Amino acid sequence: MTEPQDRQQEDAAGLRRPLGVRSDDGAQATAVGGGPQEKRKPHEAVFELHDVQVSYGPKPAVRGVSFDIGKNEITALIGPSGCGKSTLIRCLNRMNDLIPTARVEGKVIYHGQDLYAKEVDAVEVRKRIGMVFQKPNPFPKSIYDNIAFGPRVLGMKGNMDEIVERALNHAALWDEVKDRLKTNAFGMSGGQQQRLCIARCLAVEPDVILMDEPCSALDPISTGKIEDLMMDLKREYSIVIVTHNMQQAARVSDKTAFFTVELDDEEHRSGRVVEFDDTDKIFTNPSDSRTEAYVTGKVG
Amino acid sequence: MSAHSEAIGRPSGTRRAKDLVFRVAMFVCLGLAIGLLAVLLVDVAVDGAGSLTWDFITSFTSISADQAGIQAALWGTIWLMGVCAVFIVPVGVATAIYLEEYADSTKWWNRLIEVNIQNLAAVPSIVYGILGLAYLVRGPLSLGPVILAGGLTLGLLVLPVVIIAAREAIRAVPPSIREGSMALGATQWQTIWRQVLPAAVPGIATGVILALARAIGETAPLIVVGAATVVAFNPGGLNDFFTALPIQIFDWISRPQTETNDYRPLAAAGILLLMILLVLMNSIAIWLRNRYEQRW
Repeated sequence: MTEPQDRQQEDAAGLRRPLGVRSDDGAQATAVGGGPQEKRKPHEAVFELHDVQVSYGPKPAVRGVSFDIGKNEITALIGPSGCGKSTLIRCLNRMNDLIPTARVEGKVIYHGQDLYAKEVDAVEVRKRIGMVFQKPNPFPKSIYDNIAFGPRVLGMKGNMDEIVERALNHAALWDEVKDRLKTNAFGMSGGQQQRLCIARCLAVEPDVILMDEPCSALDPISTGKIEDLMMDLKREYSIVIVTHNMQQAARVSDKTAFFTVELDDEEHRSGRVVEFDDTDKIFTNPSDSRTEAYVTGKVG
Repeated sequence: MSAHSEAIGRPSGTRRAKDLVFRVAMFVCLGLAIGLLAVLLVDVAVDGAGSLTWDFITSFTSISADQAGIQAALWGTIWLMGVCAVFIVPVGVATAIYLEEYADSTKWWNRLIEVNIQNLAAVPSIVYGILGLAYLVRGPLSLGPVILAGGLTLGLLVLPVVIIAAREAIRAVPPSIREGSMALGATQWQTIWRQVLPAAVPGIATGVILALARAIGETAPLIVVGAATVVAFNPGGLNDFFTALPIQIFDWISRPQTETNDYRPLAAAGILLLMILLVLMNSIAIWLRNRYEQRW
Protein backbone atom coordinates (compact mmCIF):
# COMPACT_ATOMS: atom_id res chain seq x y z
CA MET A 1 0.00 0.00 0.00
CA THR A 2 2.83 2.42 0.68
CA GLU A 3 4.61 2.03 -2.61
CA PRO A 4 1.80 3.23 -4.86
CA GLN A 5 1.38 6.17 -2.53
CA ASP A 6 4.99 7.14 -2.89
CA ARG A 7 4.60 6.85 -6.58
CA GLN A 8 1.66 9.16 -6.64
CA GLN A 9 3.45 11.76 -4.61
CA GLU A 10 6.31 11.54 -7.02
CA ASP A 11 3.93 12.09 -9.90
CA ALA A 12 2.27 14.97 -8.14
CA ALA A 13 5.67 16.60 -7.80
CA GLY A 14 5.90 16.55 -11.55
CA LEU A 15 8.56 13.87 -11.95
CA ARG A 16 7.17 12.53 -15.18
CA ARG A 17 8.83 10.24 -17.66
CA PRO A 18 8.51 10.96 -21.34
CA LEU A 19 6.90 8.39 -23.57
CA GLY A 20 9.17 5.51 -24.45
CA VAL A 21 11.56 5.88 -21.54
CA ARG A 22 11.39 2.67 -19.65
CA SER A 23 10.56 2.91 -16.03
CA ASP A 24 13.50 1.72 -13.97
CA ASP A 25 11.47 0.56 -11.02
CA GLY A 26 10.34 -2.73 -12.43
CA ALA A 27 9.96 -4.14 -8.95
CA GLN A 28 7.24 -1.69 -8.19
CA ALA A 29 5.51 -2.43 -11.46
CA THR A 30 5.20 -6.08 -10.59
CA ALA A 31 4.00 -5.15 -7.13
CA VAL A 32 1.12 -3.13 -8.48
CA GLY A 33 0.57 -5.01 -11.72
CA GLY A 34 -1.01 -8.35 -12.21
CA GLY A 35 -4.08 -9.45 -14.11
CA PRO A 36 -5.76 -7.03 -16.48
CA GLN A 37 -8.74 -6.45 -14.21
CA GLU A 38 -6.95 -6.52 -10.89
CA LYS A 39 -8.21 -3.80 -8.60
CA ARG A 40 -5.98 -1.73 -6.44
CA LYS A 41 -7.01 0.95 -4.02
CA PRO A 42 -5.58 4.36 -4.85
CA HIS A 43 -4.87 6.54 -1.83
CA GLU A 44 -8.45 7.80 -2.01
CA ALA A 45 -10.97 6.84 -4.62
CA VAL A 46 -13.39 9.37 -6.08
CA PHE A 47 -15.08 6.78 -8.23
CA GLU A 48 -15.22 3.06 -7.78
CA LEU A 49 -16.53 1.25 -10.83
CA HIS A 50 -17.83 -2.27 -10.29
CA ASP A 51 -18.62 -4.29 -13.39
CA VAL A 52 -20.18 -1.29 -15.13
CA GLN A 53 -22.05 -1.95 -18.34
CA VAL A 54 -23.67 0.73 -20.51
CA SER A 55 -26.14 -0.23 -23.22
CA TYR A 56 -27.91 1.69 -25.94
CA GLY A 57 -30.94 -0.44 -26.61
CA PRO A 58 -30.55 -4.17 -26.10
CA LYS A 59 -26.81 -4.48 -26.74
CA PRO A 60 -24.05 -3.25 -24.43
CA ALA A 61 -21.72 -0.57 -25.79
CA VAL A 62 -19.19 -1.15 -23.04
CA ARG A 63 -19.21 -3.81 -20.33
CA GLY A 64 -17.32 -5.31 -17.44
CA VAL A 65 -15.59 -2.10 -16.41
CA SER A 66 -14.09 -2.21 -12.93
CA PHE A 67 -11.47 0.17 -11.65
CA ASP A 68 -11.05 3.02 -9.22
CA ILE A 69 -10.47 6.65 -10.08
CA GLY A 70 -8.23 8.37 -7.57
CA LYS A 71 -8.59 11.77 -5.96
CA ASN A 72 -6.33 14.50 -7.33
CA GLU A 73 -5.21 12.25 -10.10
CA ILE A 74 -5.61 12.41 -13.84
CA THR A 75 -7.05 9.18 -15.17
CA ALA A 76 -6.84 8.67 -18.92
CA LEU A 77 -9.14 6.42 -20.91
CA ILE A 78 -7.53 5.32 -24.17
CA GLY A 79 -8.37 2.84 -26.89
CA PRO A 80 -9.55 2.56 -30.47
CA SER A 81 -12.73 4.23 -31.76
CA GLY A 82 -15.94 2.54 -30.70
CA CYS A 83 -14.48 0.99 -27.58
CA GLY A 84 -16.87 2.81 -25.27
CA LYS A 85 -14.53 5.33 -23.63
CA SER A 86 -16.83 8.26 -24.28
CA THR A 87 -19.85 6.18 -23.31
CA LEU A 88 -18.19 5.31 -20.02
CA ILE A 89 -17.07 8.84 -19.17
CA ARG A 90 -20.58 10.12 -19.87
CA CYS A 91 -22.05 7.74 -17.35
CA LEU A 92 -19.80 9.19 -14.61
CA ASN A 93 -21.91 12.37 -14.44
CA ARG A 94 -25.10 10.77 -15.72
CA MET A 95 -24.98 12.57 -19.05
CA ASN A 96 -26.17 9.30 -20.57
CA ASP A 97 -29.49 9.97 -18.85
CA LEU A 98 -30.18 12.42 -21.67
CA ILE A 99 -30.25 9.54 -24.15
CA PRO A 100 -33.57 7.76 -23.61
CA THR A 101 -32.33 4.31 -24.68
CA ALA A 102 -29.16 4.36 -22.58
CA ARG A 103 -29.04 2.01 -19.60
CA VAL A 104 -26.32 1.67 -16.99
CA GLU A 105 -25.78 -1.54 -15.04
CA GLY A 106 -23.24 -2.42 -12.39
CA LYS A 107 -22.19 0.03 -9.72
CA VAL A 108 -20.75 3.50 -10.11
CA ILE A 109 -19.75 4.53 -6.61
CA TYR A 110 -18.88 8.21 -6.08
CA HIS A 111 -17.36 8.92 -2.66
CA GLY A 112 -19.10 5.85 -1.33
CA GLN A 113 -22.48 6.74 -2.81
CA ASP A 114 -24.14 4.84 -5.65
CA LEU A 115 -24.56 7.40 -8.46
CA TYR A 116 -27.44 5.45 -9.94
CA ALA A 117 -29.35 4.90 -6.72
CA LYS A 118 -33.01 5.88 -6.94
CA GLU A 119 -32.77 8.80 -4.57
CA VAL A 120 -29.82 10.42 -6.37
CA ASP A 121 -30.76 13.42 -8.50
CA ALA A 122 -28.82 13.60 -11.78
CA VAL A 123 -28.81 17.40 -11.65
CA GLU A 124 -27.07 17.29 -8.26
CA VAL A 125 -24.57 14.82 -9.68
CA ARG A 126 -23.68 17.15 -12.55
CA LYS A 127 -23.14 20.05 -10.13
CA ARG A 128 -20.36 18.08 -8.46
CA ILE A 129 -18.98 16.42 -11.58
CA GLY A 130 -18.31 18.82 -14.42
CA MET A 131 -17.67 17.97 -18.03
CA VAL A 132 -15.70 19.41 -20.93
CA PHE A 133 -16.66 18.20 -24.37
CA GLN A 134 -14.82 17.24 -27.52
CA LYS A 135 -15.84 20.29 -29.49
CA PRO A 136 -15.70 23.60 -27.62
CA ASN A 137 -19.33 24.49 -26.93
CA PRO A 138 -19.45 28.04 -25.58
CA PHE A 139 -22.93 29.47 -25.17
CA PRO A 140 -23.89 32.16 -27.70
CA LYS A 141 -23.38 34.83 -25.05
CA SER A 142 -20.62 37.08 -23.79
CA ILE A 143 -17.50 35.61 -22.20
CA TYR A 144 -18.70 36.94 -18.85
CA ASP A 145 -22.16 35.39 -19.19
CA ASN A 146 -20.67 32.07 -20.24
CA ILE A 147 -18.86 31.86 -16.90
CA ALA A 148 -21.69 33.38 -14.87
CA PHE A 149 -24.36 31.04 -16.24
CA GLY A 150 -23.48 28.09 -14.00
CA PRO A 151 -23.19 30.03 -10.72
CA ARG A 152 -26.44 31.85 -11.56
CA VAL A 153 -28.54 28.76 -12.23
CA LEU A 154 -27.10 27.10 -9.14
CA GLY A 155 -27.91 30.20 -7.09
CA MET A 156 -24.33 30.53 -5.84
CA LYS A 157 -23.74 33.34 -3.39
CA GLY A 158 -20.97 35.86 -3.76
CA ASN A 159 -19.83 38.66 -6.02
CA MET A 160 -20.32 37.48 -9.61
CA ASP A 161 -17.47 39.63 -10.94
CA GLU A 162 -15.12 37.90 -8.51
CA ILE A 163 -16.45 34.46 -9.37
CA VAL A 164 -15.90 35.15 -13.08
CA GLU A 165 -12.41 36.54 -12.55
CA ARG A 166 -11.41 33.63 -10.34
CA ALA A 167 -12.65 31.04 -12.84
CA LEU A 168 -10.90 32.72 -15.76
CA ASN A 169 -7.70 33.04 -13.75
CA HIS A 170 -7.94 29.41 -12.82
CA ALA A 171 -8.20 28.46 -16.48
CA ALA A 172 -5.26 30.75 -17.35
CA LEU A 173 -7.50 32.81 -19.58
CA TRP A 174 -7.96 36.02 -17.59
CA ASP A 175 -5.07 37.98 -19.09
CA GLU A 176 -6.19 37.16 -22.62
CA VAL A 177 -9.82 38.17 -22.20
CA LYS A 178 -10.04 40.64 -19.30
CA ASP A 179 -10.52 43.57 -21.67
CA ARG A 180 -13.30 41.96 -23.67
CA LEU A 181 -15.43 40.16 -21.12
CA LYS A 182 -18.61 41.56 -22.63
CA THR A 183 -17.84 40.40 -26.18
CA ASN A 184 -19.37 37.27 -27.66
CA ALA A 185 -17.50 34.06 -26.87
CA PHE A 186 -17.84 32.97 -30.50
CA GLY A 187 -15.15 35.53 -31.35
CA MET A 188 -12.49 33.59 -29.45
CA SER A 189 -10.09 31.09 -30.99
CA GLY A 190 -10.88 27.39 -30.67
CA GLY A 191 -8.27 26.91 -27.94
CA GLN A 192 -9.56 29.89 -25.99
CA GLN A 193 -13.12 28.62 -26.36
CA GLN A 194 -12.10 25.29 -24.90
CA ARG A 195 -10.34 26.96 -21.98
CA LEU A 196 -13.48 29.09 -21.54
CA CYS A 197 -15.46 25.86 -21.29
CA ILE A 198 -13.02 24.62 -18.65
CA ALA A 199 -13.31 27.95 -16.79
CA ARG A 200 -17.10 27.69 -17.00
CA CYS A 201 -16.87 24.27 -15.47
CA LEU A 202 -14.54 25.51 -12.68
CA ALA A 203 -16.87 28.40 -11.83
CA VAL A 204 -19.40 26.02 -10.27
CA GLU A 205 -16.64 24.54 -8.07
CA PRO A 206 -17.00 20.90 -8.99
CA ASP A 207 -15.15 18.02 -7.42
CA VAL A 208 -14.34 16.10 -10.58
CA ILE A 209 -13.80 17.28 -14.14
CA LEU A 210 -14.55 14.87 -16.96
CA MET A 211 -12.91 15.68 -20.29
CA ASP A 212 -14.08 13.92 -23.42
CA GLU A 213 -11.28 14.35 -25.97
CA PRO A 214 -10.88 18.01 -25.02
CA CYS A 215 -8.03 18.69 -27.43
CA SER A 216 -9.09 16.76 -30.50
CA ALA A 217 -10.29 19.90 -32.27
CA LEU A 218 -7.30 22.01 -31.24
CA ASP A 219 -3.84 22.80 -32.60
CA PRO A 220 -0.71 21.63 -30.73
CA ILE A 221 -0.10 25.00 -29.02
CA SER A 222 -3.63 25.16 -27.63
CA THR A 223 -3.35 21.50 -26.69
CA GLY A 224 -0.15 22.23 -24.76
CA LYS A 225 -1.87 25.03 -22.86
CA ILE A 226 -4.73 22.78 -21.88
CA GLU A 227 -2.36 20.03 -20.79
CA ASP A 228 -0.45 22.52 -18.60
CA LEU A 229 -3.76 23.62 -17.19
CA MET A 230 -4.73 20.05 -16.36
CA MET A 231 -1.48 19.55 -14.47
CA ASP A 232 -2.28 22.65 -12.41
CA LEU A 233 -5.89 21.70 -11.85
CA LYS A 234 -5.20 18.26 -10.48
CA ARG A 235 -3.95 19.78 -7.26
CA GLU A 236 -7.55 20.68 -6.49
CA TYR A 237 -9.61 18.49 -8.75
CA SER A 238 -9.77 14.91 -9.91
CA ILE A 239 -9.73 14.64 -13.69
CA VAL A 240 -10.83 11.89 -16.04
CA ILE A 241 -9.85 12.38 -19.66
CA VAL A 242 -10.74 10.44 -22.79
CA THR A 243 -8.09 10.87 -25.43
CA HIS A 244 -7.09 9.43 -28.76
CA ASN A 245 -3.71 11.00 -28.41
CA MET A 246 -1.49 8.49 -26.63
CA GLN A 247 1.34 10.98 -26.13
CA GLN A 248 -1.20 13.13 -24.34
CA ALA A 249 -2.25 10.29 -22.06
CA ALA A 250 1.41 9.54 -21.36
CA ARG A 251 2.27 13.19 -20.70
CA VAL A 252 -0.54 14.16 -18.36
CA SER A 253 -2.13 11.16 -16.74
CA ASP A 254 -1.32 9.26 -13.57
CA LYS A 255 -3.47 6.23 -14.33
CA THR A 256 -4.50 4.86 -17.67
CA ALA A 257 -7.29 2.50 -18.64
CA PHE A 258 -6.85 0.83 -22.00
CA PHE A 259 -10.09 -0.20 -23.70
CA THR A 260 -10.55 -2.42 -26.69
CA VAL A 261 -13.41 -3.52 -28.91
CA GLU A 262 -14.58 -7.10 -28.72
CA LEU A 263 -16.95 -8.95 -30.98
CA ASP A 264 -19.42 -11.31 -29.32
CA ASP A 265 -20.90 -14.47 -30.86
CA GLU A 266 -23.45 -12.41 -32.76
CA GLU A 267 -20.82 -10.07 -34.18
CA HIS A 268 -21.94 -7.27 -31.87
CA ARG A 269 -19.14 -4.87 -30.95
CA SER A 270 -18.73 -3.83 -27.37
CA GLY A 271 -15.93 -2.21 -25.42
CA ARG A 272 -13.98 -3.76 -22.55
CA VAL A 273 -11.15 -2.67 -20.33
CA VAL A 274 -8.03 -4.61 -21.15
CA GLU A 275 -5.74 -3.07 -18.61
CA PHE A 276 -5.85 -0.40 -15.94
CA ASP A 277 -2.67 0.67 -14.26
CA ASP A 278 -0.22 3.46 -13.61
CA THR A 279 0.34 5.34 -16.82
CA ASP A 280 4.08 4.64 -16.73
CA LYS A 281 3.47 0.96 -16.56
CA ILE A 282 0.86 0.97 -19.33
CA PHE A 283 3.23 2.79 -21.65
CA THR A 284 6.48 1.08 -20.72
CA ASN A 285 5.70 -2.36 -19.40
CA PRO A 286 2.09 -3.31 -20.09
CA SER A 287 0.88 -6.65 -18.84
CA ASP A 288 -1.29 -7.39 -21.82
CA SER A 289 0.07 -7.85 -25.33
CA ARG A 290 -2.93 -5.97 -26.78
CA THR A 291 -2.06 -2.91 -24.71
CA GLU A 292 1.51 -3.10 -25.86
CA ALA A 293 0.48 -3.39 -29.50
CA TYR A 294 -1.78 -0.35 -29.17
CA VAL A 295 0.50 1.97 -27.23
CA THR A 296 3.46 1.21 -29.47
CA GLY A 297 1.34 1.97 -32.51
CA LYS A 298 1.35 -1.54 -33.98
CA VAL A 299 -2.43 -1.53 -34.12
CA GLY A 300 -4.93 1.12 -33.60
CA MET B 1 -4.82 23.88 -79.91
CA SER B 2 -6.45 20.85 -81.46
CA ALA B 3 -4.72 18.60 -78.96
CA HIS B 4 -6.14 20.74 -76.16
CA SER B 5 -9.75 20.62 -77.35
CA GLU B 6 -9.47 16.86 -77.88
CA ALA B 7 -8.18 16.35 -74.35
CA ILE B 8 -11.08 18.21 -72.74
CA GLY B 9 -13.73 17.39 -75.32
CA ARG B 10 -16.78 19.49 -76.09
CA PRO B 11 -20.41 18.77 -75.22
CA SER B 12 -22.37 17.65 -78.25
CA GLY B 13 -24.77 20.07 -79.94
CA THR B 14 -27.89 18.31 -78.64
CA ARG B 15 -26.65 18.38 -75.06
CA ARG B 16 -26.03 22.08 -75.25
CA ALA B 17 -29.38 22.67 -76.92
CA LYS B 18 -31.21 20.77 -74.16
CA ASP B 19 -29.41 22.79 -71.54
CA LEU B 20 -30.51 26.01 -73.23
CA VAL B 21 -34.12 24.85 -73.64
CA PHE B 22 -34.46 24.05 -69.94
CA ARG B 23 -32.93 27.30 -68.89
CA VAL B 24 -35.34 29.25 -71.09
CA ALA B 25 -38.32 27.17 -69.93
CA MET B 26 -37.56 27.82 -66.27
CA PHE B 27 -37.07 31.51 -66.91
CA VAL B 28 -40.44 31.68 -68.66
CA CYS B 29 -42.17 29.98 -65.73
CA LEU B 30 -40.60 32.43 -63.32
CA GLY B 31 -41.57 35.35 -65.55
CA LEU B 32 -45.16 34.13 -65.74
CA ALA B 33 -45.50 33.91 -61.97
CA ILE B 34 -43.94 37.29 -61.27
CA GLY B 35 -45.63 38.90 -64.27
CA LEU B 36 -49.12 37.92 -63.16
CA LEU B 37 -48.48 39.24 -59.67
CA ALA B 38 -47.12 42.49 -61.10
CA VAL B 39 -50.14 42.96 -63.37
CA LEU B 40 -52.45 42.41 -60.41
CA LEU B 41 -50.58 44.87 -58.20
CA VAL B 42 -50.35 47.53 -60.90
CA ASP B 43 -54.05 47.18 -61.66
CA VAL B 44 -54.97 47.54 -57.99
CA ALA B 45 -52.57 50.45 -57.58
CA VAL B 46 -54.04 52.29 -60.57
CA ASP B 47 -57.57 51.81 -59.26
CA GLY B 48 -56.90 52.50 -55.62
CA ALA B 49 -53.95 54.90 -55.33
CA GLY B 50 -56.21 57.92 -55.76
CA SER B 51 -58.42 56.84 -52.86
CA LEU B 52 -55.65 55.90 -50.45
CA THR B 53 -55.61 59.16 -48.52
CA TRP B 54 -55.34 60.09 -44.87
CA ASP B 55 -59.09 60.76 -44.87
CA PHE B 56 -59.64 57.21 -46.13
CA ILE B 57 -57.66 55.82 -43.21
CA THR B 58 -59.30 58.04 -40.60
CA SER B 59 -62.94 57.74 -41.71
CA PHE B 60 -65.54 55.12 -40.99
CA THR B 61 -67.45 53.37 -43.72
CA SER B 62 -70.46 55.22 -45.03
CA ILE B 63 -73.46 54.92 -47.33
CA SER B 64 -71.83 57.40 -49.65
CA ALA B 65 -68.64 56.17 -51.24
CA ASP B 66 -66.83 59.48 -51.29
CA GLN B 67 -67.06 59.76 -47.52
CA ALA B 68 -66.32 56.14 -46.63
CA GLY B 69 -63.07 55.15 -44.96
CA ILE B 70 -61.44 52.11 -43.44
CA GLN B 71 -60.65 53.17 -39.88
CA ALA B 72 -62.88 50.64 -38.12
CA ALA B 73 -61.52 47.77 -40.22
CA LEU B 74 -57.91 48.83 -39.67
CA TRP B 75 -58.39 48.95 -35.90
CA GLY B 76 -60.37 45.71 -36.03
CA THR B 77 -57.47 44.02 -37.80
CA ILE B 78 -54.97 45.43 -35.32
CA TRP B 79 -57.06 44.09 -32.41
CA LEU B 80 -57.45 40.71 -34.09
CA MET B 81 -53.71 40.45 -34.67
CA GLY B 82 -53.08 41.38 -31.05
CA VAL B 83 -55.41 38.70 -29.71
CA CYS B 84 -54.02 36.22 -32.20
CA ALA B 85 -50.40 36.94 -31.19
CA VAL B 86 -51.14 36.76 -27.47
CA PHE B 87 -52.74 33.36 -28.06
CA ILE B 88 -50.31 31.76 -30.52
CA VAL B 89 -46.99 32.79 -28.96
CA PRO B 90 -47.31 31.01 -25.60
CA VAL B 91 -49.35 28.07 -26.88
CA GLY B 92 -47.26 27.59 -30.03
CA VAL B 93 -43.91 27.91 -28.26
CA ALA B 94 -44.97 25.65 -25.39
CA THR B 95 -46.15 22.99 -27.84
CA ALA B 96 -42.92 23.24 -29.78
CA ILE B 97 -40.86 22.93 -26.58
CA TYR B 98 -42.83 19.87 -25.52
CA LEU B 99 -42.45 18.17 -28.88
CA GLU B 100 -38.76 19.00 -29.27
CA GLU B 101 -37.43 18.74 -25.73
CA TYR B 102 -39.69 16.44 -23.75
CA ALA B 103 -41.74 14.21 -26.04
CA ASP B 104 -40.45 10.69 -26.51
CA SER B 105 -41.02 10.18 -30.21
CA THR B 106 -41.11 6.42 -29.79
CA LYS B 107 -44.49 6.77 -28.03
CA TRP B 108 -47.50 6.51 -30.32
CA TRP B 109 -49.37 9.48 -28.86
CA ASN B 110 -46.49 11.83 -29.52
CA ARG B 111 -46.25 10.64 -33.11
CA LEU B 112 -50.02 11.12 -33.40
CA ILE B 113 -49.74 14.71 -32.19
CA GLU B 114 -46.99 15.35 -34.69
CA VAL B 115 -48.91 13.96 -37.66
CA ASN B 116 -51.97 15.91 -36.57
CA ILE B 117 -50.11 19.20 -36.47
CA GLN B 118 -48.72 18.64 -39.95
CA ASN B 119 -52.25 17.95 -41.18
CA LEU B 120 -53.83 20.85 -39.34
CA ALA B 121 -51.59 23.23 -41.24
CA ALA B 122 -53.32 22.08 -44.44
CA VAL B 123 -56.94 22.24 -43.24
CA PRO B 124 -58.97 24.84 -45.21
CA SER B 125 -59.51 28.04 -43.27
CA ILE B 126 -63.29 27.84 -43.56
CA VAL B 127 -63.20 24.74 -41.38
CA TYR B 128 -61.54 26.78 -38.64
CA GLY B 129 -64.29 29.34 -39.11
CA ILE B 130 -66.92 26.68 -38.48
CA LEU B 131 -64.97 25.47 -35.45
CA GLY B 132 -64.84 29.02 -34.13
CA LEU B 133 -68.53 29.51 -34.73
CA ALA B 134 -69.51 26.24 -33.07
CA TYR B 135 -67.25 26.39 -30.02
CA LEU B 136 -66.23 30.01 -29.48
CA VAL B 137 -69.05 32.19 -30.78
CA ARG B 138 -71.79 29.78 -29.72
CA GLY B 139 -71.59 26.47 -27.93
CA PRO B 140 -69.53 26.00 -24.79
CA LEU B 141 -67.85 29.42 -24.70
CA SER B 142 -70.66 31.50 -26.28
CA LEU B 143 -68.47 34.55 -26.67
CA GLY B 144 -70.61 36.00 -29.44
CA PRO B 145 -69.24 37.44 -32.70
CA VAL B 146 -66.63 39.59 -30.97
CA ILE B 147 -62.94 40.44 -31.27
CA LEU B 148 -61.92 37.68 -28.85
CA ALA B 149 -63.72 34.97 -30.82
CA GLY B 150 -62.34 36.25 -34.14
CA GLY B 151 -58.78 36.52 -32.85
CA LEU B 152 -58.85 33.07 -31.29
CA THR B 153 -60.26 31.55 -34.48
CA LEU B 154 -57.45 33.10 -36.51
CA GLY B 155 -55.05 31.92 -33.82
CA LEU B 156 -56.22 28.33 -34.16
CA LEU B 157 -55.84 28.65 -37.90
CA VAL B 158 -52.20 29.73 -37.83
CA LEU B 159 -51.15 27.84 -34.69
CA PRO B 160 -49.73 24.89 -36.68
CA VAL B 161 -47.57 27.31 -38.68
CA VAL B 162 -46.17 28.79 -35.47
CA ILE B 163 -45.56 25.38 -33.93
CA ILE B 164 -43.70 24.15 -36.99
CA ALA B 165 -41.58 27.34 -37.20
CA ALA B 166 -40.83 27.28 -33.47
CA ARG B 167 -39.85 23.60 -33.61
CA GLU B 168 -37.43 24.31 -36.40
CA ALA B 169 -35.93 27.21 -34.49
CA ILE B 170 -35.55 25.07 -31.36
CA ARG B 171 -34.09 22.18 -33.32
CA ALA B 172 -31.52 24.52 -34.87
CA VAL B 173 -29.96 25.05 -31.42
CA PRO B 174 -27.21 22.43 -31.37
CA PRO B 175 -27.40 19.62 -28.78
CA SER B 176 -23.93 20.62 -27.55
CA ILE B 177 -25.45 23.78 -26.02
CA ARG B 178 -27.95 21.69 -24.04
CA GLU B 179 -25.20 19.29 -22.96
CA GLY B 180 -22.94 22.16 -21.91
CA SER B 181 -25.70 23.63 -19.81
CA MET B 182 -26.81 20.35 -18.25
CA ALA B 183 -23.20 19.45 -17.46
CA LEU B 184 -22.99 22.56 -15.28
CA GLY B 185 -25.83 21.29 -13.13
CA ALA B 186 -28.63 23.27 -14.77
CA THR B 187 -32.00 21.54 -14.80
CA GLN B 188 -33.71 20.75 -18.06
CA TRP B 189 -36.07 23.68 -17.62
CA GLN B 190 -33.22 26.10 -16.80
CA THR B 191 -31.46 24.85 -19.91
CA ILE B 192 -34.52 25.42 -22.09
CA TRP B 193 -35.44 28.77 -20.58
CA ARG B 194 -31.97 30.30 -20.40
CA GLN B 195 -30.12 28.72 -23.31
CA VAL B 196 -32.36 27.10 -25.88
CA LEU B 197 -35.18 29.65 -26.03
CA PRO B 198 -33.00 32.79 -26.16
CA ALA B 199 -31.03 31.22 -29.00
CA ALA B 200 -34.26 30.29 -30.79
CA VAL B 201 -36.06 33.63 -30.33
CA PRO B 202 -35.15 35.10 -33.74
CA GLY B 203 -36.48 32.03 -35.52
CA ILE B 204 -39.60 31.91 -33.38
CA ALA B 205 -40.28 35.63 -33.90
CA THR B 206 -39.89 35.25 -37.64
CA GLY B 207 -42.35 32.35 -37.61
CA VAL B 208 -44.87 34.30 -35.55
CA ILE B 209 -44.74 37.31 -37.86
CA LEU B 210 -45.18 35.12 -40.94
CA ALA B 211 -48.11 33.39 -39.25
CA LEU B 212 -49.71 36.77 -38.47
CA ALA B 213 -49.11 37.79 -42.07
CA ARG B 214 -51.14 34.79 -43.10
CA ALA B 215 -53.88 35.54 -40.58
CA ILE B 216 -54.23 39.19 -41.59
CA GLY B 217 -55.55 38.30 -45.03
CA GLU B 218 -57.98 35.58 -43.93
CA THR B 219 -61.58 36.40 -44.80
CA ALA B 220 -63.59 33.19 -44.87
CA PRO B 221 -63.27 32.20 -41.18
CA LEU B 222 -64.10 35.74 -40.06
CA ILE B 223 -67.25 35.77 -42.18
CA VAL B 224 -68.34 32.50 -40.64
CA VAL B 225 -67.49 33.68 -37.14
CA GLY B 226 -69.70 36.69 -37.79
CA ALA B 227 -67.57 39.75 -38.37
CA ALA B 228 -69.81 42.70 -39.10
CA THR B 229 -69.55 44.60 -42.37
CA VAL B 230 -70.86 48.02 -41.44
CA VAL B 231 -69.15 49.15 -38.28
CA ALA B 232 -68.98 52.81 -37.48
CA PHE B 233 -66.87 52.61 -34.36
CA ASN B 234 -63.47 51.33 -33.35
CA PRO B 235 -63.37 48.27 -31.15
CA GLY B 236 -62.65 49.27 -27.59
CA GLY B 237 -62.21 45.85 -26.03
CA LEU B 238 -62.22 42.10 -26.49
CA ASN B 239 -65.99 41.88 -26.27
CA ASP B 240 -66.77 44.41 -29.02
CA PHE B 241 -68.15 43.64 -32.43
CA PHE B 242 -65.64 44.19 -35.17
CA THR B 243 -64.83 44.24 -38.81
CA ALA B 244 -61.46 43.65 -40.47
CA LEU B 245 -59.62 44.79 -43.59
CA PRO B 246 -60.45 41.82 -45.84
CA ILE B 247 -64.07 41.86 -44.65
CA GLN B 248 -64.39 45.55 -45.44
CA ILE B 249 -62.84 45.04 -48.86
CA PHE B 250 -65.22 42.15 -49.53
CA ASP B 251 -68.19 44.24 -48.42
CA TRP B 252 -67.27 47.15 -50.67
CA ILE B 253 -66.80 44.94 -53.71
CA SER B 254 -70.08 43.11 -53.17
CA ARG B 255 -72.18 46.28 -52.88
CA PRO B 256 -74.20 47.42 -55.91
CA GLN B 257 -72.01 49.97 -57.65
CA THR B 258 -73.45 53.03 -59.35
CA GLU B 259 -71.94 55.91 -61.31
CA THR B 260 -72.28 58.24 -58.34
CA ASN B 261 -71.56 55.78 -55.59
CA ASP B 262 -68.67 53.56 -56.72
CA TYR B 263 -67.00 51.60 -53.92
CA ARG B 264 -64.53 49.81 -56.18
CA PRO B 265 -61.72 52.37 -55.83
CA LEU B 266 -62.18 52.12 -52.07
CA ALA B 267 -61.82 48.34 -52.24
CA ALA B 268 -58.64 48.77 -54.27
CA ALA B 269 -57.31 51.25 -51.73
CA GLY B 270 -58.14 48.75 -48.96
CA ILE B 271 -56.20 46.07 -50.82
CA LEU B 272 -53.25 48.44 -51.14
CA LEU B 273 -53.35 49.12 -47.40
CA LEU B 274 -53.44 45.39 -46.70
CA MET B 275 -50.51 44.82 -49.06
CA ILE B 276 -48.52 47.58 -47.40
CA LEU B 277 -49.12 45.98 -43.98
CA LEU B 278 -48.08 42.59 -45.35
CA VAL B 279 -44.90 43.89 -46.92
CA LEU B 280 -44.09 45.67 -43.66
CA MET B 281 -44.58 42.50 -41.61
CA ASN B 282 -42.54 40.37 -43.97
CA SER B 283 -39.76 42.97 -44.01
CA ILE B 284 -39.63 42.93 -40.23
CA ALA B 285 -39.43 39.13 -40.32
CA ILE B 286 -36.55 39.19 -42.81
CA TRP B 287 -34.76 41.91 -40.88
CA LEU B 288 -35.15 39.99 -37.62
CA ARG B 289 -33.77 36.86 -39.19
CA ASN B 290 -30.77 38.55 -40.72
CA ARG B 291 -30.01 40.68 -37.69
CA TYR B 292 -30.31 38.17 -34.86
CA GLU B 293 -29.95 34.76 -36.43
CA GLN B 294 -27.31 32.75 -34.57
CA ARG B 295 -24.76 31.04 -36.79
CA TRP B 296 -23.33 27.94 -35.14
